[in-house]
Amino acid sequence: MASISPYGKRFISYLRREQIRRLVAGKYRVDGRRLDQLRDVEVRVGVISTADGSAEVRLGKTHVVAGVKVGVGQPFPDAPDEGVLVVNAEVLPHASPYTEIGPPDEFAIELARVVDRGIRHCGYIDSKSLFIEQGRVYVVWVDLCVINDDGNLTDAANLAAVAALASAQLPAVAKEEAGVRLDRGRRAKMPVDPGRAPVAVSVCKIGSVLFLDPTFEEELSVDGKVTFTFSQDRIVAVQKTAGHFTYQEIESALDLALKGRDALLSALRSALESPGAAGQ
Amino acid sequence: MKKPPVPLIRDGVRADGRAPDQMREVKIAVGAVSNADGSAVVSYGATVAVAAVYGPREMHPRHLSLPDRGVMRVRYHMAPFSTKDERKNPAPSRREIEISKVLREALEPAVMLEQYSRARIDVFIEILQADGSTRAASLTAASLALADAGVYMRDLVIGVSAGLVDGTVVLDLSGIEDQYCEGDLPVGYMPNLRQFTLLQLDGTWTREQFLKALELAVRGAEYVYQRAREALKGKYMSIAEEVYGS
Repeated sequence: MASISPYGKRFISYLRREQIRRLVAGKYRVDGRRLDQLRDVEVRVGVISTADGSAEVRLGKTHVVAGVKVGVGQPFPDAPDEGVLVVNAEVLPHASPYTEIGPPDEFAIELARVVDRGIRHCGYIDSKSLFIEQGRVYVVWVDLCVINDDGNLTDAANLAAVAALASAQLPAVAKEEAGVRLDRGRRAKMPVDPGRAPVAVSVCKIGSVLFLDPTFEEELSVDGKVTFTFSQDRIVAVQKTAGHFTYQEIESALDLALKGRDALLSALRSALESPGAAGQ
Repeated sequence: MKKPPVPLIRDGVRADGRAPDQMREVKIAVGAVSNADGSAVVSYGATVAVAAVYGPREMHPRHLSLPDRGVMRVRYHMAPFSTKDERKNPAPSRREIEISKVLREALEPAVMLEQYSRARIDVFIEILQADGSTRAASLTAASLALADAGVYMRDLVIGVSAGLVDGTVVLDLSGIEDQYCEGDLPVGYMPNLRQFTLLQLDGTWTREQFLKALELAVRGAEYVYQRAREALKGKYMSIAEEVYGS
């Protein structure tokens, strides 16, 4: 298994690319947005009745659904009193003409791992309350389905995962002779702290101009892309996913990302206050 | 944060006796794999990475080649015996797939791929011994192997890691620091072009700590760069001696 430079899979015509780059150099975007402006963002929770928690996020035309399923399993040996979080992402073949059927490729794996790191390190989930008994803990699976990819999957997927967890219910544990079983008839709230919700904000660079929330076409035209994840006033994850940056550019990108965070956070907050039609 | 078995830092001295801004011993050997077009072994303390480069060579299957530039194939892999505790399953993990991707994207900006249309350049990295900062050592080894293969490059890419240990920003995390620290920041840096090509972070950082760690990583990369240059030059000097006598 090796990582190969992308070939033909995701490409953009030279003319279109140059048009996008020329516009950004003059501080304009193809869709008329400001450099620091996000597309409309819509978050709805409780959209999947079969899941223990769920959310869907639309960021412009980008569409991601997140579902939480809770199981019982063994803790990691280095954290015997903590529950387990697993984040998995699949970019469905629906998502774009460049997506193929098959197991998650390196882009999907990176997406899942960046979302995972953001959630894992900020204390959003109280993993100690996912302890059941010696050698047995709750396993919280977060599965991300990308239904339509119009760029900036990281920000959308992070938001979907965080909202789905906030809406999730923890099934009660029924102890039986054969072991334990989850009783979905009795549920408690998922132990999350909404005040610590991690928010991922990606910043792109064309020439030396930085901008937020790239579309699919913009992503294929950039000289650099870096994602910052914030929780409260802390940085909890960073991932450069394209190109290269100077120190000064990273510092400016960090400040720009903080501007984008507030818009995403308020979309998340309003969704959590008024759950969607299928609310639980 | 979980409690480490020994204090990671006490009175400004780390568990292994280093100062916060000090690298472990850096050892570099260029040209260690004779069959490869270029190769390097880099160790940061007990972490050992071997990189071998094959290419530029023909791309197979052909339809994966690009008409306007070369294709890079990068594989980061850990040997099953490289970890301290249990054997590591040799099947590629999600972690290894992600690291292979970020290392490829860290090397590509340095390689003049536009000089190698329709060809491919393979970079294989094996971790023989893991004691923290494996992707950083991998990156240094890979860029030295590329330079050793004579691939056109804009700069070397030097990998170093910074971390946050008990609130102190430190350079070059060891395995135990990596396991128990509050934050980890692996960086790939081109010292002449002053560009970051690898940038990852996890943990919990303030803005000031993050920026300070970036600065520390730059200083670490500049130090390793000097060692890398000497190693690269040393190989050619020894060939010159063989040919022309000293």
